[in-house]
Amino acid sequence: MARRARFKFRIYVAGEALNSVQALANLRSICLIHLPNRHGIEIVDVFKQPERALADGIFMTPTLVKLSPSPATRIVGSLSHLPTVLQALGLEAVAA
Amino acid sequence: MRNVFPRKQRFKSLTKAKTGVVGFDAITGGGLPQGRTTLLLGGPGSGKTVFALQFLAHGANAHKEAGIFVAFEEASTRIMNNAASFGWKLPELQRRKKLYFMDAQPLPNLVQSGDFDLGGMLSALEVKIKETGARRIVFDALDVLLALLPDLAAERREIYRLHAWLLAHDLTAIVTLKSGADDSYSISQQPFGFMQFMVDCAVILNHGVVTGVSQRSLRVQKYRGSSFDENESAFLIGASGFEVAVAHALTRADSKVSSERVSSGVQRLDTMLGGGYYRGASVLVTGFSGTAKTTLCGAFAEAACKRGERTLFVCFDTNSTEVVRNLSSVGIRLDRYVKNGSLRMISARVITGSAETYLVRIKALAKEHRARCVVIDPVSAWSKSGSDLSAQSVADRLIDWSKGDGTTLVCTSLLDEMSGQGEGGSQLQISALVDTWIHLNYLMQAGERNRGLSIVKSRGTSHSNQVRELILSEAGVNLADTYTAGGEVLMGTLRWEKERAERAAHEVAEVAEKLKTVRLDAEEAELEVRLKSLQTELVAKQVEKDLLVRTTQSEKGEASRGRTQMKELRGADAATERRKGHRHG
Repeated sequence: MARRARFKFRIYVAGEALNSVQALANLRSICLIHLPNRHGIEIVDVFKQPERALADGIFMTPTLVKLSPSPATRIVGSLSHLPTVLQALGLEAVAA
Repeated sequence: MRNVFPRKQRFKSLTKAKTGVVGFDAITGGGLPQGRTTLLLGGPGSGKTVFALQFLAHGANAHKEAGIFVAFEEASTRIMNNAASFGWKLPELQRRKKLYFMDAQPLPNLVQSGDFDLGGMLSALEVKIKETGARRIVFDALDVLLALLPDLAAERREIYRLHAWLLAHDLTAIVTLKSGADDSYSISQQPFGFMQFMVDCAVILNHGVVTGVSQRSLRVQKYRGSSFDENESAFLIGASGFEVAVAHALTRADSKVSSERVSSGVQRLDTMLGGGYYRGASVLVTGFSGTAKTTLCGAFAEAACKRGERTLFVCFDTNSTEVVRNLSSVGIRLDRYVKNGSLRMISARVITGSAETYLVRIKALAKEHRARCVVIDPVSAWSKSGSDLSAQSVADRLIDWSKGDGTTLVCTSLLDEMSGQGEGGSQLQISALVDTWIHLNYLMQAGERNRGLSIVKSRGTSHSNQVRELILSEAGVNLADTYTAGGEVLMGTLRWEKERAERAAHEVAEVAEKLKTVRLDAEEAELEVRLKSLQTELVAKQVEKDLLVRTTQSEKGEASRGRTQMKELRGADAATERRKGHRHG
């Protein structure tokens, strides 16, 4: 079922901060490998849209939110540890 | 990190932001450093959140400074509920946008992978700061967030980022961090230690247990650019929040000294003291149990209320209503003053906790009641709870406070009969600090116990050196002179007997005198009678003598007349004489 589902991501970044740039790159590479053609990424720069960070309760950047499929998941950090990220996103079966 | 340095206030002299925490502003000479960061360290339950929240509430309520509370550990609704009893009107402040809570608890399902930073939070906060114009900010339990960071370097970096951000926005901030329970030194480990060096002010809260009694204390560890009280100060979390007990403010002029006298409530005691206690003096009444210490306090309280002075009466040993009832048996009527509100009786058995707790409560009550006279009966109850050392320092502060406030303080101290302290002083050693020390004692004599009162010391007043007997009766409290006989003081029945004996002796002497007067009167009367009879006799004698003279003369006259007549009759001698005359002529 997870195979067919389309993944919607939102990633909150802090401008050009190193870990934000890294997270975005890591997310893109994960999507490319595991979710080709069935993902959408929304990028929110908290420096440009601080109200959204406030409204969404984002205190640490970068934060990746998996909006769908449910359950919604939050991953904080540069997403540098791949197994953790995949496990959190429910993608480890695919990785195997 | 563009604005690492604050723009303008680099060369401004340090201004301070009042925290509204009673005592803390005194310790630090005005509060926390304005526009700078203060680190608040403490173990679990040490009062970090309460302190921080009070800082914000006070800023909003008293200084119209909006504040932001960033909660990393507890949900803001729970914090609000917990603080509801302090009366800081938090929901109202929230409505008026004077206080903003930001819930920044990491969600339990949060996954962390790789490095992150606080950029999101800070930019979100910037929105709020612009919106509310906040001047104060609290980061509560920052350690929760820091623990998520992958390494020490990242922790350091984020602390530095936060600090720089705070300075750049000229915010007065409190950052609270947990420290290991009971060990305030573990916090010097990284990275909190690093933070301690970075901030301008660091305050450590401690919560320990000394002989089963909870003791909270606070210490200002550092304060850049300001003097501060470096010692540990006890504090407690009371009905209106955080309260720090301070012995002395850093810059307090010596309190005004009054030479006004106030009555002790016992007329003769006033006389013994040369006019009564001084206004603002501290009076200690020591004695074993049952030596009428409370009665003496009651008399003082009654006299104070009679003068129209508001009075606070704190009793530890007995229920306050019992005290009122018991004192009415010796003619001290306190109930009417309780009714009209000038006297407030507090039964302090309901206050539990350390000596600090008592002091802070009493101070708060006295302030609330606007009391000019305070009675504490007995102050020695303090040494029961917690360590003697802290109780003693509390007693010191009690006296210090009452002096600074101009409050006349009467406290009693129970002496332990078993320890045989005698007049050796009170357990709390406050006898050295008080102005007037009255000692009550039992004197055992001839199968009786009688109460003796003596003034051990009374600064600045001439006072009687005599031991007087304290007599309690329905008519009130009185002091009686005692008899000194053969180096012993006579009291009670012995005194009464002595008095009676003297009265009797006096009567005997009086009767004897009367008797003597009567006898002398009689003698005098007798003499007068004799005098009169002698006078009469004298008169009689004189008359007799007179009569005698006259009789003699008349007899003589008769005789000569007789002779002349005879001669004339004879006609011889007269003619002869007439012839002789003729002859010479």
